[in-house]
Amino acid sequence: MEPATQARLSQLRGNAPAKRHNARTVAALTGNPGCARRAVLDAAGIDKNALAAQVGFPAKFGQSQFAITRGNSFEAQVKANGYAQLVRMLRETLGLDIEEVGSKDLETVGGNESQELRHIRARQALQAAVEGREPLTFLDHPLLRLDVGGNNVYLEPDLVAFHHDGVLHVVEIKSFAIIDDQADGSKVAAAARQSAVYVLALRRLLGDDRVSHDVVLVCPKDFSNQPTAVKIDVRKQLIILDHQLTRLARIESLVELLPPGVSLDLATHTREELLTTLATMEARYEPSCLNSCEMAYLCRHEAAGCTSALGATVREELGGVETVARALELAAGRAVPSVEENDAAAMLRNTARIYGSVAPA
Amino acid sequence: MSAISSYARALAVDGGRAFPIATRRHVHIAGEPLVLIPLTMAGEANAPLAAMVGTRRDDPALLIVPQPRNRDLRFAFADELAAVVLRYVEDRTRQGIETYGKNQDPRYLDAPQLLVPNPGGVGFVRLFGRSTRFRRTTGEYAVSPDVPLLGRWLSFLAERAEHPGSSALLPMTSALNLHWATGQSSLEDTNLAATLGWITSGPDAAREAEDPTVWPPAGPSTDPTFDNEILAPALRQWDEGRHERARALLDRDLRTQLEPTWRLMWQAIDLLRALPAGDSVDARWTEDRNEFTSYYMYVNSGGYPQPRRDQAVAAARRLQRLEREQTAFDATLALDDPLVMANYRVTGEAFAGTVVESEPDRKVPGDKGRRVLRPLLVVRSDDPLRLTVGTDVVSPGRRKQVAKILEIDGDRVTLQIEKGMTVAPTPAVGEEITYTSVFPEGMQSPKLPTAEDTPWTHGGPPQPYVASDDDAREVWE
Ligand code: SF4
Repeated sequence: MEPATQARLSQLRGNAPAKRHNARTVAALTGNPGCARRAVLDAAGIDKNALAAQVGFPAKFGQSQFAITRGNSFEAQVKANGYAQLVRMLRETLGLDIEEVGSKDLETVGGNESQELRHIRARQALQAAVEGREPLTFLDHPLLRLDVGGNNVYLEPDLVAFHHDGVLHVVEIKSFAIIDDQADGSKVAAAARQSAVYVLALRRLLGDDRVSHDVVLVCPKDFSNQPTAVKIDVRKQLIILDHQLTRLARIESLVELLPPGVSLDLATHTREELLTTLATMEARYEPSCLNSCEMAYLCRHEAAGCTSALGATVREELGGVETVARALELAAGRAVPSVEENDAAAMLRNTARIYGSVAPA
Repeated sequence: MSAISSYARALAVDGGRAFPIATRRHVHIAGEPLVLIPLTMAGEANAPLAAMVGTRRDDPALLIVPQPRNRDLRFAFADELAAVVLRYVEDRTRQGIETYGKNQDPRYLDAPQLLVPNPGGVGFVRLFGRSTRFRRTTGEYAVSPDVPLLGRWLSFLAERAEHPGSSALLPMTSALNLHWATGQSSLEDTNLAATLGWITSGPDAAREAEDPTVWPPAGPSTDPTFDNEILAPALRQWDEGRHERARALLDRDLRTQLEPTWRLMWQAIDLLRALPAGDSVDARWTEDRNEFTSYYMYVNSGGYPQPRRDQAVAAARRLQRLEREQTAFDATLALDDPLVMANYRVTGEAFAGTVVESEPDRKVPGDKGRRVLRPLLVVRSDDPLRLTVGTDVVSPGRRKQVAKILEIDGDRVTLQIEKGMTVAPTPAVGEEITYTSVFPEGMQSPKLPTAEDTPWTHGGPPQPYVASDDDAREVWE
């Protein structure tokens, strides 16, 4: 990234420490790739949660301590006794002969190691493993890096990389249950998208043929605490992710659009100032933002009256007209359609006439 | 979604209230439905935390699990829920029985109807049914005999919920969204308080519904802040041995989480009851009664619990049946309700207009040389006419009278009546009429499954699934 862009982004963030990315946030970023607001906020490492709360539209992504406790204890259980359970499951799921087990936890102990250093340490260990220089089967918590919109971001290392015969597999441990070989589809899909982020980051580090597109998802089985593993092919997710990361407008061009000198430092700006600055970053709200982005309630508020706030299908069925008011004017024949609006207007007038002929007054 | 419902959403945004997308009620609402609001513990696999349940709005029962991680306490909850559900099921059979068909098959006059707030509630019923129906009543890990029975009934209801047109287990948000379009997205429609807010008040009420301190979530997930600040300390009381204190706290706090939704459920029931029932609602409920009767008798004759999974053939047949039911459901809804038919008029699969010519006595040469009665009529319509010549159509008021399109000329459609001339008079000049190509009889004829392919709801596949020791034990591992 250009130093100038870097400087603009850090100015935008102000004195607050940069928020770290994780696989979930990167996966979500590709879910709404057209949103400039989110791209800039994420590239600048701004704490969107705090920002949204400060401007009066707090996000609702609270986490229950019960879920966190359960997640942690399940993960600890799976990794207990030198990864004993994990080894057994990987043997069965991947059909591999695993004999020796060497492992390395790349989590920082002291905590004051820089991200750059941690990343280097992870890279060295991963390379040593795949090149056979060190007998490592499990590399836990490697800090990975990924280029997002021209900006290098570090990924919160919630993964275990499993090494066998020069090839790595991403292992994701999740605490939602797989019941009768079926799990909540949206949770599996989210896990697959997140794993794809890790696969991509590992591939960019070590080369495509060093990292398998088959990831291993480890979850509790049925209603018990016993883990079970399934193999998920994330090739499709990888293609989408790669495509969308490439497509993500280069962050430079978005940053250039910002008025000079703006900052979103929560400590030094009022709510009104923050809102004014945010208004310079174009948002592209859609209902799924409610599940994926901390800014959703602000963006929804701004998008009130837009057909897209009702969902992409509704917008389409309203002829792709941008606002509800315009759609209704066209439907009632109160406005003269532009050339592009002609088809939509005819369809809307027809729908309105038919609805009016049968709807109760 | 459809052009009509999207247009109604736009009207709702503009008008600040929900707009109707149905003029009739298309679900059955039982005289005595069993309302159930389940809550689960975050992070666990469908571990029950509490439930509010009952058939009378002024008398809900509150069931709680004072420590959801404790499996014995979960099964004590299952036992309490079983008492309510099994009594409810038994009471249905006391409403009397009738016989039908040429075999004089029996059929109960009533059937159970379980109402839950949202699709998540249906998921709870399915998983709780799954986690209880294989439990053993003897030996190691024995549970009360009611528990596996509860599991089978919940599994039965959850399976019925997948059938389009069944009212055996309804998520209230879906029932409301079938009849009203709100001014929010379908994602936001899954919030019961928000959907009802749009119907009874407006956007402000819908926004307020998103505040968990005003309207606690309708379950099964609880509000994380409630978990961290209220539930966690109460559970700690239990863990530290102060059981009475814990129960008192949980009773009070969980009641405050559940009561608002309880009121909403009954408000929604009132709203739906106020709509006049569509003509086919009764026939669909009769199907629910049929299924209930068969399953009740199967259970009482000592049948096996539902398998973990359908066998391949059974699964394929079931899928086919669901598709058939969906098509029939969509079509009958339109025939029952001009506002639903409006969807097909927009897409051109139906048209409405005025009869401008009618020849009830017209005769044409038939196959065997004899002249046969083929009345003719011409309908003038403002609707987009996209049906093609030769298409068979019916009219909502004349479902058994099939007409064929002979010609379309501008806004005039010429039709010839092919079948059912005697079931209704030929539409007369001046009559307002709607014709559609979407009708249940027009679709592939439903084939009844053969004996060995009987769905498991009716007695299971040829090799019945027998619960193994593993099935009975898994929850205690
Ligand atoms: S909520 Fe706003 S900032 Fe976030 S992705 Fe959606 S439109 Fe962009």
